[in-house]
Amino acid sequence: MSNLTKKTMFSFRSFLVLAVFAIVLAGCGSTNGSGKATNNDAGKATNETAGNEAAGNTSKETQKPAVELLNVSYDPTRELYEAYNTLFADYWKKEKNQAVTIKQSHGGSGKQSRAVIDGLKADVVTLALGYDIDAIAEKGFINTDWQKKFESNSSPYTSTIVLLVRKGNPKGIKDWNDLIKDDVEVITPNPKTSGGARWNYLAAWGYALKQNGGDENKAKEFVAELFKHVPVLDSGARGSTTTFVERGLGDVLLAWENEAYLSVNELGKDKFEIVYPSISILAEPPVAVVDKVTDSKGTREVAEAYLNYLYTEEAQKLVAENYYRPQLASVAEQFKDRFPQLDLLTIDKDFGSWKEAQSKHFADGGVFDQIYTPGS
Amino acid sequence: MAGAITTHLSDKASIRPKHTNESPVVRVVLTVVALLFLGLIVVLPLASVFVEAFKRGADVYVASITDPDAVSALKLTLLTALIAVPLNTIFGVAAAWAISKFRFRGKNLLITLIDLPFAVSPVIAGLIFILMFGAQGWFGPWLDDHNIQIMFALPGIVLATTFVTFPFVARELLPLMQAQGIQEEEAAASLGAKGWQIFWRVTLPNIKWGLLYGIILCNARAMGEFGAVSVVSGHIRGETNTLPLHVEILYNEYQFSASFAVASLLVLLAVLTLVVKTFVEWKTAQREPDGERSGEQHAH
Amino acid sequence: MKGSKARSVLPGFGLSLGFTIFYLSIMVLIPLAGVFIKTTGLTWDQFWNTVTNARVLASYRVSLITALSAALANLVFGLLVAWVLVRYRFPGKKLVDSLVDLPFALPTAVAGIALTAIYAPNGWIGSLLVPLGIKVAFTPIGITIALIFIGLPFVVRTVQPVLQELDNETEEAAVMLGAYRWVTFRKVILPQLIPSLLTGFALAFARGIGEYGSVVFISGNMPLKTEITPLLIMTKLEQYDYAGATAIALVMLTASFLMLFIINYFQWRSNRRATTE
Repeated sequence: MSNLTKKTMFSFRSFLVLAVFAIVLAGCGSTNGSGKATNNDAGKATNETAGNEAAGNTSKETQKPAVELLNVSYDPTRELYEAYNTLFADYWKKEKNQAVTIKQSHGGSGKQSRAVIDGLKADVVTLALGYDIDAIAEKGFINTDWQKKFESNSSPYTSTIVLLVRKGNPKGIKDWNDLIKDDVEVITPNPKTSGGARWNYLAAWGYALKQNGGDENKAKEFVAELFKHVPVLDSGARGSTTTFVERGLGDVLLAWENEAYLSVNELGKDKFEIVYPSISILAEPPVAVVDKVTDSKGTREVAEAYLNYLYTEEAQKLVAENYYRPQLASVAEQFKDRFPQLDLLTIDKDFGSWKEAQSKHFADGGVFDQIYTPGS
Repeated sequence: MAGAITTHLSDKASIRPKHTNESPVVRVVLTVVALLFLGLIVVLPLASVFVEAFKRGADVYVASITDPDAVSALKLTLLTALIAVPLNTIFGVAAAWAISKFRFRGKNLLITLIDLPFAVSPVIAGLIFILMFGAQGWFGPWLDDHNIQIMFALPGIVLATTFVTFPFVARELLPLMQAQGIQEEEAAASLGAKGWQIFWRVTLPNIKWGLLYGIILCNARAMGEFGAVSVVSGHIRGETNTLPLHVEILYNEYQFSASFAVASLLVLLAVLTLVVKTFVEWKTAQREPDGERSGEQHAH
Repeated sequence: MKGSKARSVLPGFGLSLGFTIFYLSIMVLIPLAGVFIKTTGLTWDQFWNTVTNARVLASYRVSLITALSAALANLVFGLLVAWVLVRYRFPGKKLVDSLVDLPFALPTAVAGIALTAIYAPNGWIGSLLVPLGIKVAFTPIGITIALIFIGLPFVVRTVQPVLQELDNETEEAAVMLGAYRWVTFRKVILPQLIPSLLTGFALAFARGIGEYGSVVFISGNMPLKTEITPLLIMTKLEQYDYAGATAIALVMLTASFLMLFIINYFQWRSNRRATTE
């Protein structure tokens, strides 16, 4: 074989192999791209002119093809949204004669918000705290005035932080200051990775502040002492619940009220009980429409309706049944035995805002880090 | 795995004269210690997976693995492996051919770079693709303009999986082909065989078992990858959840039995590939009665 | 391989090397380069402060010590398992041999959950250890056990083939000279195994430093005590601190690269020894 032909032969072959490889890669990309496109055929015309929502809506109303929403949420809302999605789909079918399927994604609040920032095409986000939605808004996916879009600070349900103890409350835990008694072990997730844990931390901080007449140093001492009683810092709320419930670690779990109820009812009525502290925090898990995504997909109308419907009586009942505190007064009245009234701090009044609380307590070098700095 | 993993247990090494063997007591003690260690570290966790999976009975087990979300996770896992494994196989063969049959500068560096994905934390493996293709990444805006979704969709999962399993086939073939040298290929070439002919007729038969083992390992790891895929998947139920992610989701939903049931499915898939491997070895042993393997004998 | 010449008669060099480098670049090198470029967004001071923060330093220590202990344990037990598998005969040997590969195949998260369930204070083994005052889960010991699980196949599978191919003649000679079994092992067998042992050790070690999925479940994630470096990267990401995350990632990447370079050096040395013999 002559050298020349061999050379050309192989360069041609290399080209072929590279070409095939490139096609395979491109194929992966485009199959999905087209798959996505078929989902929003209705919005196709408007895809080119993203932002022109009026046109998108009218074209949808006349055609009514099936529509798909992606709700990116945090861990403890699985059961709630599983039920709510069917409720809303029925409502939407009746109201607009359009089939809607809602896809769910769950995970830690911060992780979920980061996924949306990195390009997860969520139509709506329903997260654990406003800070995580602010972070998305900062990148331009959501209009910065999102908190005013829906009623009650865009929080269709609230919750609070309670103490879950083992049956009979063997360590006699009644309030926050019992948590720093010598032989008490406290389970809470890591505030740096878990939204729920930030509420836990702030509730404890608020309690200490009130007890000590607003002395921040005393409050810092208290939370520092509290976290000395924490043997395991899981990265998420569900991880902590598993550690407490399944692994049998710790005497008390700091948990969302709804998570605490869920643990009691799902995992052992005879094993745990809920203790309400004298003071806690009003946790407002907010919701928002992801403007950039819904505008390009043409799903704004249904996405907004999806969140608005959360405030109706049927939905609020579902909310309460899933142990979240409803906003609607009539439903709250109905379930008032389930949710005892207690003194609740709020982020805006007691901590300024999430941004402030975040940078003061949880940012690198903040109060929480100082607790764990050697020598402090 | 910078070594030949191609271990086909032949009995050759275990049948040995008394004077080059330990006393029976030592042998028994060593065997027992080794088995105890394996039992504690490997068997017990596996056993616990199955015990937990069947804790609530076979009904729950069957229901959990036939759940539509589990089935779609299984499909996605298999599809991902189906794309990632052949890509890495082609690469592995090409890389092993270039490195073992030719001399060139920077070979050691190349080998180190091929190994790199082994030592990169899965978290970083996911992160790098986010930095490239995420909405805030280098190509993010361009991809978005062209309506191409890579992150939080199949391509992203395939990319992360391919990265993590990148070296398996190459690493398996390299020592084998280096040991084989190039005499046979040279002989074939001098007899006038052409490029692909040499590969198909001479090289491939020599490396096929090593290649297969590499593919099996690559496949097992591809199906089981968790950390990197978790970063790029987006966790959309029924759409971008692979089996390992589905296990985590069920676990977080307090469906412990269902979670372990799905996990056991992954163990079974792994066992299945190992059964294939054992079968392959048994076939080889039958074909080559003295346990002589075409590869290593040519090394010396 | 010394047999190959610079100008080989074999075809396919351009194609195979070209494809290798092309694929390596798009799959590994370019994405990894992203980490470097992202880090350049930080000033040197910011970078240095991020990667030498007290908690980050503590996490290096946790990661290094646990990965090192796990790799050491695997060095001893991996050699033992390989030895038993190659040299002895016992029922079910094939099955045991296959078991060694399972840690490759089991998703790390499942391994983490299963190990936590066993070693937690109310688990099968954990409950036996509580009366003895030994805590495994949620301590560095737990992390080490998870890393032993992850790293086991690396040592066994690198040592096994070498052990298998070992020459009987030198052993015979040693026996003829009247050496005891133990002396034969130490003076004759072990030196030949050392390169592969080191390779396996280094691989298990490198893998252990980066491991995330199985460790987060069993570690307890206590800052300064059981917080591993990959978890800190995750933590930074959840706080939208990409530059900080990539800075720590860069430190880990550099460490991994150095590890691998050392591995390949040993590999190269043992290869050279094999060919000169």
